Amino acid sequence: MADSMVERGTALLRKLEINVAEAEKRTGKNTVNMQETYTVYLIEIRPAETEGGTPAAPDTLWRRYSEFELLRTYLLVTYPYIIIPPLPEKRAEFVWHKLSADNLDPDFVERRRVGLENFLLRVASHPVLSNDKIFFLFLTEEKGWRDAVLETGFQDKADSRLKSLSAMFRVKNPDKRFTALKQYSDELNSVISQLLRIRARVADRLYGVYKVHGNYGRVFSEWSAIEKEMGDGLQSAGHHMDTYAASIDDILEEEEHFADQLKEYLFYTDAVRSVCRKHELIQYELEMAAQDLAQKKQQKEELATGTMRIFSLKGMTSKLFGQESPEQKESRLAALEQSIQEGEETVKEKNTECQEFVRAAWDDIEHFKEQKDKDLREALISYAIMQISMCKKGIQVWSNAKECFSKM
Amino acid sequence: MSGHTVPADFSEHMLDLDEDEDLEVFTKNTSLPDGSPLPNSPSSMVNQYRLEDDDEGKEDANTKDIFVTVDHPESQVTAIETFILYRVVTRTTRSDFDSSEYEVRRRYQDFVWLRSKLEEKHPTLIVHPLPEKFVMKGMVERFNDDFIETRRRALHRFLNKISEHPILSYSQHFQVFLTAQDLAPHRKQGPGFLSRMGETVRAVANSVRGLRSRPEEFAVMQEYVDDFSNKMCCMDKVSQRIVKEQREYVDDLKQYSPTYARWGELEEELTEPLKGVASCVVQCSKEAEEHIQHLSEVLVPALHEYVLCAETLKAVMRRRDNIQAEFEAKNEALLTRKAEQEALQEEVDVLADRMEQANNSLKGDWVRWQHSMKTDLRSAFISAAEKNVEYYEKCLAVWESFLVSQRAEASGGQEDVA
Repeated sequence: MADSMVERGTALLRKLEINVAEAEKRTGKNTVNMQETYTVYLIEIRPAETEGGTPAAPDTLWRRYSEFELLRTYLLVTYPYIIIPPLPEKRAEFVWHKLSADNLDPDFVERRRVGLENFLLRVASHPVLSNDKIFFLFLTEEKGWRDAVLETGFQDKADSRLKSLSAMFRVKNPDKRFTALKQYSDELNSVISQLLRIRARVADRLYGVYKVHGNYGRVFSEWSAIEKEMGDGLQSAGHHMDTYAASIDDILEEEEHFADQLKEYLFYTDAVRSVCRKHELIQYELEMAAQDLAQKKQQKEELATGTMRIFSLKGMTSKLFGQESPEQKESRLAALEQSIQEGEETVKEKNTECQEFVRAAWDDIEHFKEQKDKDLREALISYAIMQISMCKKGIQVWSNAKECFSKM
Repeated sequence: MSGHTVPADFSEHMLDLDEDEDLEVFTKNTSLPDGSPLPNSPSSMVNQYRLEDDDEGKEDANTKDIFVTVDHPESQVTAIETFILYRVVTRTTRSDFDSSEYEVRRRYQDFVWLRSKLEEKHPTLIVHPLPEKFVMKGMVERFNDDFIETRRRALHRFLNKISEHPILSYSQHFQVFLTAQDLAPHRKQGPGFLSRMGETVRAVANSVRGLRSRPEEFAVMQEYVDDFSNKMCCMDKVSQRIVKEQREYVDDLKQYSPTYARWGELEEELTEPLKGVASCVVQCSKEAEEHIQHLSEVLVPALHEYVLCAETLKAVMRRRDNIQAEFEAKNEALLTRKAEQEALQEEVDVLADRMEQANNSLKGDWVRWQHSMKTDLRSAFISAAEKNVEYYEKCLAVWESFLVSQRAEASGGQEDVA
């Protein structure tokens, strides 16, 4: 998958080769001054292959998971119309019993390393995101990066983004395309989650089946000791049973990779949902602005003609306490006129914002769809290849065992 | 003593047969469905008559002159009880059988009777075990179809093992079992309950006294029997566990396909590969179920049978020990008591003969049994291994055809572009 991303050839990837090469444990004091153990990951940057030259030594820096999270939050806020690639999971989920759910477990760390590299490559191969300065600094500036990010002031925008994700508001004229996309995203999320849960259970069961065969190995070995003619056949058959039992570890390790590919798209659905929600917010704000403008225009008309179709406190009080003076009326009209002009500006802005958002978002969504179809098809094919490999191993082991039995 | 195949004193049995004038020997229609006459030469019988377990008696197929099947279990309901009757069909060329074909109905208790008679007559021969009376595990109902079928197969194997035994197959009780329409009158004969009790008491008393020493070869045999029993119990447990785990695996595996199908409905470009995967999983689950079926019908029963064989072997060893103990006790009495020397000497001689015969029977049968065990278990293991290979081969084909279809899709797409 890394190769195909590099193929997509953004300017960044033409210049640089990016790897997350290693992981290391560190201990240090955290923000509340307590000792903690955490893992850091080594990012290696090399200039892309130059013709005929020897590959240069890489520039390297260390990053921990929380810094990746910070980068991603920055990207989410800065490019709300882009489906931001997800990070590998923070904690191991959908685990089956043998796999540890411990974040410091070496297998988990290794899979996370791969996932982080994948994340960086996804960003680096994105037509829009790859040009981001902060992303570039993340790859090149170990110390000064944090300050640079905070300086962008993205935190303020972060609040409004949070609002968009959690708010409950109703859009009057929802964009059908976005509605459909959100629904698809939710359903995809549900179906992949279910698939991952089933996979964990099936992995557990299959592990059990294979490992119990290890008992055959032990018993055959013990039994062979008391037999004269059958001894050799039993002994060697026993070895094949041990081989069979041991083979499940590699098989399930490979399958873990498939699960990771599914998980990536599971997390992608959150990013898609986020874009849809952001659009809803913008749409809502536009509608609110338009509604507000319409109200003001209405008020102006009523004020000018003296009729009161819409209830307003001012109108009510003037009805109750007598008409206002012409000067008061003039000044109110002027204020309204001002307000209307501002409102029209706002509506225009919001409209533009919305249109821009929609255009940019759909560009990215089409790009995402293509990527998803290609990646998942490849994942399914590699799953089939894995199954075939597992079957071949099984055929091998049991054919060998059969030969041993025949010699008994 | 002489070790020849027919029991020394069978005159009493011949008398029985002659007396049973109302013995109806029921023979089936003596021609084949297509109208041609039933063959009755041994070699043609071998070719025409298919045994259920192909491997059984293949080695002496050319010399086999008696063929027995157990089939057609039928429920019988009486006022007092409900039980299953099995049909037992015998075809034989042996001259000591009046007819060449018999069909009778027997219930489990009848098999138990036969076996106990055989053991009584031949205490140190290894008489194949019967399937268990009850199955405790899983609380299987007595009249559950699977249970009945499993039992039927085991009863079939039992009779075949007896019919293949060079000594037991000529037992009069065996013949009566196969031929008598009504077994009840025969079951009433023989040593009664009380005399059986007496034997048991003597046996217990002797074992308490203990053996002076077991001859070397029997000591070795005993050790082997104990170890073998342990191993068989383990094998039995492991096999049953594997079947259980595989069943659970298949149950969970089946949940994949509706999920993949559901996903396929969400997608456009991906619908086809997703549905393909769903279909692959369905096919693989079917293969897995077939595999499990085979395991539970072939390997598990074979191993369980030898668990029971191990118990039989232990009982045979005990009986041999008791015969030796009885001789030793009498011998000691002969040496220590001054009176009744002549009478005692006679008794000792009888017991000595008995012991020698018992030891020789066991020695001979031991070799035969070991050979038979090896054949049976080897065949069961080979069959299990073959089935495993077959299972993986079929799954491989399923996934390969999926790959082919995907690659065809991919290259098909490229052709369009070009």
